[in-house]
Amino acid sequence: MSGLSNHALELTGLAGDPCSAVHRLDPRAKIIGLLGVTILAVSTPLAHWPVFLACVAVLAAYASVARVRPGALWRRVRLVLPLVLLAGVLLPFVRSGGDALEIGPLTVHTAGLVIFATLAAKATIGTLSAALLSATTTFPAVLRGLEAMRLPRLLVLIAALMYRYLFVIAGEAGRMRAALLSRGYSPRHALHAGPTGRVASALFLRTYARGERVYLAMLARGYRGAMPQLVPLSFGRSDAAFVALVLLAVLPLRVIGAAP
Amino acid sequence: MSCAVHARGLTYRYPGGQHALRGVELHVGHGERVALLGPNGAGKTTFMLHLNGLISGTGGLEVAGLEVGRDTVHELRTRVGLVFQDPDDQLFMPTVAEDVAFGPLNMGLDRAAVAARVDEALGAVRMEHVAERAPYQLSMGERRRVAIATVLAMHPALLVLDEPSANLDPRARRELLDVLAGVDGTMLVTTHDLPLAAELCERAVILAGGRVVGDGPCEHILADERLLSAHDLELPAGFDLRRVRRRSRPGDGPEPLLGAIGRDHGPGFG
Repeated sequence: MSGLSNHALELTGLAGDPCSAVHRLDPRAKIIGLLGVTILAVSTPLAHWPVFLACVAVLAAYASVARVRPGALWRRVRLVLPLVLLAGVLLPFVRSGGDALEIGPLTVHTAGLVIFATLAAKATIGTLSAALLSATTTFPAVLRGLEAMRLPRLLVLIAALMYRYLFVIAGEAGRMRAALLSRGYSPRHALHAGPTGRVASALFLRTYARGERVYLAMLARGYRGAMPQLVPLSFGRSDAAFVALVLLAVLPLRVIGAAP
Repeated sequence: MSCAVHARGLTYRYPGGQHALRGVELHVGHGERVALLGPNGAGKTTFMLHLNGLISGTGGLEVAGLEVGRDTVHELRTRVGLVFQDPDDQLFMPTVAEDVAFGPLNMGLDRAAVAARVDEALGAVRMEHVAERAPYQLSMGERRRVAIATVLAMHPALLVLDEPSANLDPRARRELLDVLAGVDGTMLVTTHDLPLAAELCERAVILAGGRVVGDGPCEHILADERLLSAHDLELPAGFDLRRVRRRSRPGDGPEPLLGAIGRDHGPGFG
């Protein structure tokens, strides 16, 4: 398997102390809590900074209880956040309103800056929430939580198989790439991309054939259309307390802040 | 429960019309360990898929006391354990424990019984320590053993393995042999690995061109160089069949040298 894809995929594992109080929570509690923080942040109007500060404080507390180090969190966040921020980086230059600041040949308007800062805060909180969920909950546990929360079983099954075979397909792609390179393939410009396209189509066909074989293997062990559950989840008092604590820390500020 | 296989004139054509099986006659009795040998494209895997009702040809096929047909497939699949060649096809759940539990849960067992089956099956292949790991984190040999556990957990009457020693290093192959020798019950192993067949199975069947072309005690079939070479099979160079020890079943006595068995059976050996 190529080092790069393997490294990227390894980031889907846990971080922090696997025995912490946060890691031991029911996955549903963590999904509801962190999704709640994200929704509250995203639905907050412009420039209501106390709400964003409260969200960040809750996430920081969450990370410290789970002992997720800032460095580990940053390695996860940096995959997504720059792309999200890139989408809004032009706003201060094109949106007029408020005071104008001259920076060399460019003019920046404060209205645009406020929009960008709000957008950046929302994006950061959303990304941090997702990264913290993945750092404290294994992907299979997230899937079990989603299934218990009545997400359609077919969607959960597709996500589970995607997660399982991501590594296998990445391995196949890595081997095919190595085979291309070892026979002197060194693309210099777009017209040399043909072999890459053929690798992609070969990869698709292999994946398709594997899908057929996996389905046969499932049938061979008695699959009849429903995924069985091994470990039942239990939503206890500490899980309910966690959800209440997280939401109560942000909700009042959000409600007061939105009042006219 | 019977765990015999009776194939009578089993014939299968691919959707394209090409024959994969042309009238296979094969009878496997209770408790036998049979090696199904043959070159690539001989129809070994196609035959194996029939045993679980995953594909169906014409002719008669009775497996584990059931006539294979549309009404019996679910019962059949709990009685016949199929281990596929590529463990990545077989291990599709996010963790090893969930994968081993998949079959027993489909059989409708309660959670306590399923948990006991998972522990037992992983213990039988000596893989208890990986229960919570993801399949992609295991080596090829470990994945192969877990794949066998996923099937053992269903307590099959008949265990069918497709190329179990493919892509294994010598140590992983030895560990796999230890695991298989410890499994009691009827076993059908398709393989090109003739030394593995010699060590594990008392009977060998050669399938070529969709037909059974050789059937007999393993030490006789493997000693018949003309038969082997006629069907693109050969023992490794310098391999001395007589010095192989046949693996005994759990609870059985000492492991005999094949050379000693060969003398009892008379000519055609050495």
